[in-house]
Amino acid sequence: MSMTINVNGIDHTVNATPDTPLLWVIRDHIELTGTKFGCGQALCGACTVQMEGQAIRSCVTPVSAVQGKKITTIEGIQSDAAKAVKKAWEEEQVVQCGYCQSGQIVAAITLLENNTNPNDDDIDTAMSDNICRCNTYVRIRSAIKSAVQDLTNQKRSG
Amino acid sequence: MVDQGISRRRFLTLVGGVGAGLTIGINLPAAITKKATPEVSVTETSIFEPNAFIKIHTDNTVSVIIKHLEMGQGTYTGLSTLVAEELNADWAQIKPENAPADPKRYNNTSWGPYQGTGGSSGLANSFEQLRIAGAAAKAMLVAAAAELWQVNRAEVTVEKGVVSHKASNKKTTFGELANLAAKQSIPDEKSLILKEPKDFVYIGKKVARNDHGKIDGSAIFTQDVKLDGLLTAVIAHPPRFGGKVRAINRKKTLAIKGVIDVVEVPSGVAVLAKDFWTAKKGRDALEIDWDNSKASTVTTHKLMADYKRKANEEAGLAATHKGDAKKALEKADKVIEASFEFPYLAHAPMEPINCVALVNKQGCEIWNGAQFHTVDQSIVSSILGIKPEQVKINTLFAGGSFGRRANPYSDYIVEAVHIANAKKGTPIKLVWTREDDIRAGYFRPMYFHKVKAGLDKNGNPIAWEHHVVGQSIAAGTPFEGFLVKDGIDKTSIEGASNLSYSIPNLQVNLHTVDVNVPVLWWRSVGHTHTAFSTEVIIDELAHAAGKDPVEFRAKLMDKHPRHLGVLKMVAEKAKWGKSLPKGHGLGVAVHESFDSFAAQVAEVSVSDKSEIRVHRVVCVIDCGIAVNPDIIKAQIQGGIGFGLAAALESEITLENGQVVQSNFHDYKVLRMNQMPEVEVHIMPSTKPPTGVGEPGTPPIAPAVANAIFAATGKRLYNLPLKLA
Repeated sequence: MSMTINVNGIDHTVNATPDTPLLWVIRDHIELTGTKFGCGQALCGACTVQMEGQAIRSCVTPVSAVQGKKITTIEGIQSDAAKAVKKAWEEEQVVQCGYCQSGQIVAAITLLENNTNPNDDDIDTAMSDNICRCNTYVRIRSAIKSAVQDLTNQKRSG
Repeated sequence: MVDQGISRRRFLTLVGGVGAGLTIGINLPAAITKKATPEVSVTETSIFEPNAFIKIHTDNTVSVIIKHLEMGQGTYTGLSTLVAEELNADWAQIKPENAPADPKRYNNTSWGPYQGTGGSSGLANSFEQLRIAGAAAKAMLVAAAAELWQVNRAEVTVEKGVVSHKASNKKTTFGELANLAAKQSIPDEKSLILKEPKDFVYIGKKVARNDHGKIDGSAIFTQDVKLDGLLTAVIAHPPRFGGKVRAINRKKTLAIKGVIDVVEVPSGVAVLAKDFWTAKKGRDALEIDWDNSKASTVTTHKLMADYKRKANEEAGLAATHKGDAKKALEKADKVIEASFEFPYLAHAPMEPINCVALVNKQGCEIWNGAQFHTVDQSIVSSILGIKPEQVKINTLFAGGSFGRRANPYSDYIVEAVHIANAKKGTPIKLVWTREDDIRAGYFRPMYFHKVKAGLDKNGNPIAWEHHVVGQSIAAGTPFEGFLVKDGIDKTSIEGASNLSYSIPNLQVNLHTVDVNVPVLWWRSVGHTHTAFSTEVIIDELAHAAGKDPVEFRAKLMDKHPRHLGVLKMVAEKAKWGKSLPKGHGLGVAVHESFDSFAAQVAEVSVSDKSEIRVHRVVCVIDCGIAVNPDIIKAQIQGGIGFGLAAALESEITLENGQVVQSNFHDYKVLRMNQMPEVEVHIMPSTKPPTGVGEPGTPPIAPAVANAIFAATGKRLYNLPLKLA
């Protein structure tokens, strides 16, 4: 059936069964491939996107549930937190294979958009649903902290 | 003597069209003498000669041809660095480009005539080759500038991509010189002088990774390949290893709107659709009657009991025989005896296994995170009855591998090719679900170890008898000749058979078993289990002797200065012997793998509920010259996390030939909240670079087990470690 979903500010009309996970609509129908398939069961976080600013697992979210909602993927995420997180990811040289990183980055951005000063427990809670088999966790943690610092400095100087 | 005219045509050519410029191929010494006639490669580029690693374009970009798979280990950056260093290029002008499959030009020089990535050998086997490539290109650019400016070559300098003649204040770029440089004669390899380490500008410095596109979602993995008419295939594998299709009821599958076809292949039944979700629904709706007459009946706990019986009752084959361990054990003052159990392990890279294949009249084209390029090429060509060079492999980034994509049977690639062959002319993207990945195998084999070691009355170890029981990874593969000698698979006993401690009587025996479960190398291969048993036993011996575990080890490493070096440094950096909070313990382990030396100290605590928490790990790595210290640190951090997952949680079990686990809820891997703080120190060295992808993994499990002993007084011998 035909449905309209809003991804990165653009309305897309897609022809998919209502049970189709949002992940596959994003990847196979809208052809944005930055959001990854990792487990299909909301266990690894590679498919993380934002729905109305909150992190969701697109691999278990039926497309029918997101009609009328604003979906943001790695390709379209643009907040101040997003810029700070991406910059920190680059500076800390977080990435190895990179496959999980879209999900990691969207999860980290969502954390910082909702919590301007997360402590280690907050970071663990927000990020432990995102698996990285390269185990880049040490650098993910330091990149998040450096992005927090960057955002705090911006606020002060701004 | 190689004819210069022929050699010129062989080694370099102008690349036609946009970005035309200089292409240089560097010969390996063996190739230059063996072949004196031109050889036209039929691969897609217009390079005429093996071992072409550099293209300098008129737009001033320098393509570095990457023969290894970028799977996160940083080979793009490492190999580019070697070229940039000797070429004196500007880092910004370097563009990595994946090499086609070609065993002549792009073989792994440490393996022979195979192109492939593994054994942490990527940088080590390229270190000289790519620096020579860079130096030769630079010499030709210098010659071109000298000709252009009519000056002496010795007066032309190259720095950060700028070619200059200081006396006349002339400057130009590589791009501007490219066409003229292509006309210069190829320098004799022997005339090239490579830089002294003190003159390095990139090697040993912080150089940013150049495997771009991984932060904004633009990097293309196999999963992301788009082609006109592409169909996605999702496959049903036999639930038990060795099962075969007896009958298929396709009715429910074909009734699903969007399902295009059902294709039976030797490894299962594939369902094709334009998108993944439809194909998966179709796959799930298949009704297959499996013929299990030849299927595996393995139940892992029963198999382990069988391994144990073998270790206790059978002799096995001697991999190491030094002195007389049995006799010496009889005379020992104290004898330590322990047995160790290691489960099957899945690699579970984040990108589930996948491959894109197209079969048509011309041959076959593959898009894949190719790790065994020429093995894959050869196997695919034999299946299709075509020539290897008719199999074109497009290498893409791999979303991790840890050994999984280096499969000597090319298992999933063969599967994709069979499907594509049934749908000639249509590109097929085979996508395994995570359940397929966890259940379809190629696992790190299950192993059982039994070790008996003895001390004399002064607390000196005098005897060590070690039995290893498990499947051979290499037997029956193209690597058998290389890895199996006199029935001993090196990958089963490496790290134990060459024990680094000076013990006068050492016996290491291997019991190779044939089991119907597919096995494969898994990050650090045999060292995943041998480092554990050897480092736990040596720790136990130290305690039995009443000696400090670091000092005890150090005394036995008199013949192994590099082991000793990392051990001493890690003890210092981790403040070995410091006072710790209650319930905490420090454990140490040191292990050589892939010609590198790693020592680790783990700080661990155990809660009242017997939960193990690893707080901090300090690692010292000696990997020769550190080409990219930041990437080395990343690989060690990652290797520690990877090994820690196996130490704490990961385990594949089978019941009657069927894998019990299916996804990350029951095949557990490390998560952020379990990752310790990691501190990595690199031992300064002038030796040639050695592996870093794998050597961080082996020491972590024994370091943690030894720390648990320090914290609780309990010795754990089985992985994953469980206290309760």
